[in-house]
Amino acid sequence: MEWEVVIGLETHTQLQTKTKIFSGASTEFGSEPNTQACVVSLALPGVLPVLNREAVKCAIKFGLAVNAEIAARSVFARKNYFYPDLPKGYQISQYELPVVGKGSMKIQVGTGDKAYEKVINITRAHLEEDAGKSVHGAQEGMSGIDLNRAGTPLLEIVTEPDMRSAAEAVAYAKKLHDLVQWIGICDGNMQEGSFRCDVNVSVRPKGSDKLGTRREIKNLNSFKFMQQAIEYETQWQIETLEDGGTIQQATVLFNPDSGETRAMRSKEEANDYRYFPDPDLLPLAISENDINTVKTEMPELPEAMKARFEAQYGLAHYDANALTSSRATADYFVATVDTDCDAKLAANWVMGSVSAKLNADDKEISESPISPSALASLIKRIQDGTISNNAAKQVFEAMWAGEGDADSIIESKGLKQVSDTGAIEAIVDEVLAANAAMVEEFKAGKEKAFNALVGQAMKASKGKANPAQVNEILKKKLGA
Amino acid sequence: MINKSLKQLGAMLQAKEISSVELTQEYLNRIDRLNPEINAFITLDKDKTLAQAKNADAMLAAGKASAMTGLPIAQKDIFVAKGWRTTCGSKMLETFIGPYDADIIERFDSVGAVNLGKTNMDEFAMGSSNETSYFGKVQNPWDRSRVPGGSSGGSAAAVAARLCAAATGTDTGGSIRQPASLCGLSGLKPTYGLASRFGMIAFASSLDQSGPMAKSCEDMALMMNVITGFDKRDSTSLNREKEDYTRDLNKPLAGLKVGLPKEYFAEGLGADVATVVQEAIAEYKKLGAEIVDISLPNTMLSIPVYYVLAPAEASSNLSRFDGVRYGHRAKEYGDLMDMYCKSRAEGFGAEVKRRILIGTYVLSAGYYDAYYLKAQQIRRLIAQDFENAFKKCDIIMGPTAPSTAFKAGEKADDPVSMYLQDIYTIAVNLAGLPGMSIPAGFAQSADGKKLPVGLQIIGNYFDEARMLNAGHAYQQVTDWHIQMPEGIE
Amino acid sequence: MSLNSADIKRIAHLARIEVSDAEADATLTKLTGILGLIEQMQAVDTTGIVPMSHSQDVTQRLRDDVVTETNQRELFQSIAPAVEDGLYLVPKVIE
Repeated sequence: MEWEVVIGLETHTQLQTKTKIFSGASTEFGSEPNTQACVVSLALPGVLPVLNREAVKCAIKFGLAVNAEIAARSVFARKNYFYPDLPKGYQISQYELPVVGKGSMKIQVGTGDKAYEKVINITRAHLEEDAGKSVHGAQEGMSGIDLNRAGTPLLEIVTEPDMRSAAEAVAYAKKLHDLVQWIGICDGNMQEGSFRCDVNVSVRPKGSDKLGTRREIKNLNSFKFMQQAIEYETQWQIETLEDGGTIQQATVLFNPDSGETRAMRSKEEANDYRYFPDPDLLPLAISENDINTVKTEMPELPEAMKARFEAQYGLAHYDANALTSSRATADYFVATVDTDCDAKLAANWVMGSVSAKLNADDKEISESPISPSALASLIKRIQDGTISNNAAKQVFEAMWAGEGDADSIIESKGLKQVSDTGAIEAIVDEVLAANAAMVEEFKAGKEKAFNALVGQAMKASKGKANPAQVNEILKKKLGA
Repeated sequence: MINKSLKQLGAMLQAKEISSVELTQEYLNRIDRLNPEINAFITLDKDKTLAQAKNADAMLAAGKASAMTGLPIAQKDIFVAKGWRTTCGSKMLETFIGPYDADIIERFDSVGAVNLGKTNMDEFAMGSSNETSYFGKVQNPWDRSRVPGGSSGGSAAAVAARLCAAATGTDTGGSIRQPASLCGLSGLKPTYGLASRFGMIAFASSLDQSGPMAKSCEDMALMMNVITGFDKRDSTSLNREKEDYTRDLNKPLAGLKVGLPKEYFAEGLGADVATVVQEAIAEYKKLGAEIVDISLPNTMLSIPVYYVLAPAEASSNLSRFDGVRYGHRAKEYGDLMDMYCKSRAEGFGAEVKRRILIGTYVLSAGYYDAYYLKAQQIRRLIAQDFENAFKKCDIIMGPTAPSTAFKAGEKADDPVSMYLQDIYTIAVNLAGLPGMSIPAGFAQSADGKKLPVGLQIIGNYFDEARMLNAGHAYQQVTDWHIQMPEGIE
Repeated sequence: MSLNSADIKRIAHLARIEVSDAEADATLTKLTGILGLIEQMQAVDTTGIVPMSHSQDVTQRLRDDVVTETNQRELFQSIAPAVEDGLYLVPKVIE
């Protein structure tokens, strides 16, 4: 039988606020245990939550970015369960009325000929608080609880079960990861847990429109693991079914060492979260006006920017796509072309040499030793014919190595190309005189000889002659 | 002196006829003498109390005093106070030392009032007799064999036995008004949202409200000026302009329309209580009030609605008591689950556990719509009853409780009959309205004891000043509120 | 809607309260009485009535994103049942 995998994602993105969602405690990562656990984080008796304005703003930004409905009125609810990292014995979340409703996101899957686009539907996104952390090994048989993270604002983004392969799931997750950073609501740091995915996986016979029983892979914090986990889980489910077994709904963890998934022991018992509206909080009202205010602070979104790059700069779809793959890349490109240098050249340089160098040095584009304006000044020297493309590559290398700006490097390395007609004519004359045989061949109809003569002239000029001019003058002299 | 009002004592302090230290010491001495039996206080800290009194004297000397400066106030042990043991009447918090101050504690501190001690209460404010306290029963000073009411029973007994000048209470379904009625004092639950809930250990968040318990309405007005006010730490706190609750105390009552809900005088109301309440209403007629008959048709539903909403919220509010960060942890346990289950089984008393179980049940999968949602809907019907009633009258009067103080142990084993104690008070919390109880006279017990009866006055939203005006006018022509129980000299 | 002892045990487990069989039986009687009281609600037609959670028609106030809390770990942990190296200790958490 042929099987089809059905995947939906729930992503917890930590919002980039200074303080927690319901208290004025800092959300800074990596502090000493429990030093950022205030009275509210600790759920001391008598304390109450007050909602952070910035967290709401982040939710609105996300809603705008995925063209979603933003609820005029949403409600916070209590999700009741006992866990030592959950100090109140309930998590404040949103249940029936989330702040962000239905939206969608376009993703690109695969590369080359097999690449395709797909729209992933967002079911909802809601605000909630993060839990603390359990630290093991503090004492034999004991766990230590650190509540610094308890109360950090999260936006949980839930998709429809729209994905049909690990590749699609990973493409969505990467795209979402780019987007939340693009709009500045999440730092995207997956090692620190700022962006964590729960993946719901089920399989069904191809062609069936009934969903199979799903298992949820919890807390994936790398795209590589996500790919591996989904592939393993899919295979496991198919094999189980083919062996005549059934799938039990379960929460599973992925073990990167073994590459396997296994059911969590603590979640075996059926959960009964007893959701009800939190009486300590009032309904969250968001007006048109609030949304409009956030709109004015929104950066241009990748889709819009992509379309603009194609229309305004005449870039190819593929190039526009690549340049808007991350906010930092786009910002770098925009800053480069803002200095009036040629956009197509700039696009080639950013996606070519700059990207290759960054990869080789394992650097982010924000850490590039060549600033956008420095790159622009190099590109302008190509445009105005001061240097050849080949020379430009040398200049770029030197700039990357910190040897100075484009002009000083061109000067010190003597890379300026010769555009003086008289000088080039002299060189061409010399070459023609020294290569009479080739001239004969050309005249006899061998086109190739022309290129050889150009090569000789360039060589004679030590590469500095403007190739276009060499071409032109040679043609004239040969009467071609 | 012990029977003097806050206002009179304040005047003596201002005139330097007595110092706050002397006044405070006087009450501490009375507490030493009478509290071992009455058991109105759970925690005393004389050093802290006297230090505050000294501070108040300095404020008085420096001319920085306000109306409450130097006055000893007892605080219900539901309010977290920094450095004070705060138990909420529970073994769960037997050793819990408050690491911060509740809003109400800060407010009394900031005006220089003296915290006399933490008063006894039903465990986590769940009860109407003060019998569920882990720290023992409280005696009703009018008849020591009877209960003081609850849950603010310790505060009520303390005021009645003149162990403090006034006290604070909290009221979720009648916990200020019912003990005030049973102990012969004045108690007021403000409009929901006027007093901050920050630092008040939550029972049922959507109903809880703190308020004054004092000898007179005039004293309550002074306390209301301290207790109420916007607090940004409580999302349900209402951002309104500060009021002076003493402003209307002396307004004439002529033309005041008093509504009498027929449901409050129907079956279930004790005949002795009915007689006293009717006499009080006759007194209001003499004061110029106009009596109108009204109906609050959903009154009987307030009990089932309350016993869904309050336990549901409580079951969740009390989940934080898990033995991890503070509070009771069982001495012996196996794994994590066992630690939770044992710590909570040991730390909570029977009534609290019962309510947690009811609340857990009504919220559990499949029951939410039938119970919690339904209760929230009927809650609106109950609020609409009042809305309609206030189209016909200015304030509503009736009994506070269906009976006078009952014998300790009488209802302890019958939760349902205990719950009916709150039949006239609960609807007020559900609607979020202000409600007040003032002494209206006495009934006689079979053995000849005087048992106080309370008159309940319910106002429209934010109408506390008018209610206090009505109460004060009555207290100008009656002396029920200044009568004292025997045996507390 | 009638409860039995097994229901009591299940609810008590959800609420993390240990109950013995004897306690479950005693609790059952009392809870049944209380639930009987609650059952009166079912006679009311509430079709179309908006649930009420606050007496005033108010919405959530928002707080500025400014750090107001300082480290008070020492004070807060002075009332904790078990701590080590700044962590609250509990029996091993199994995932």
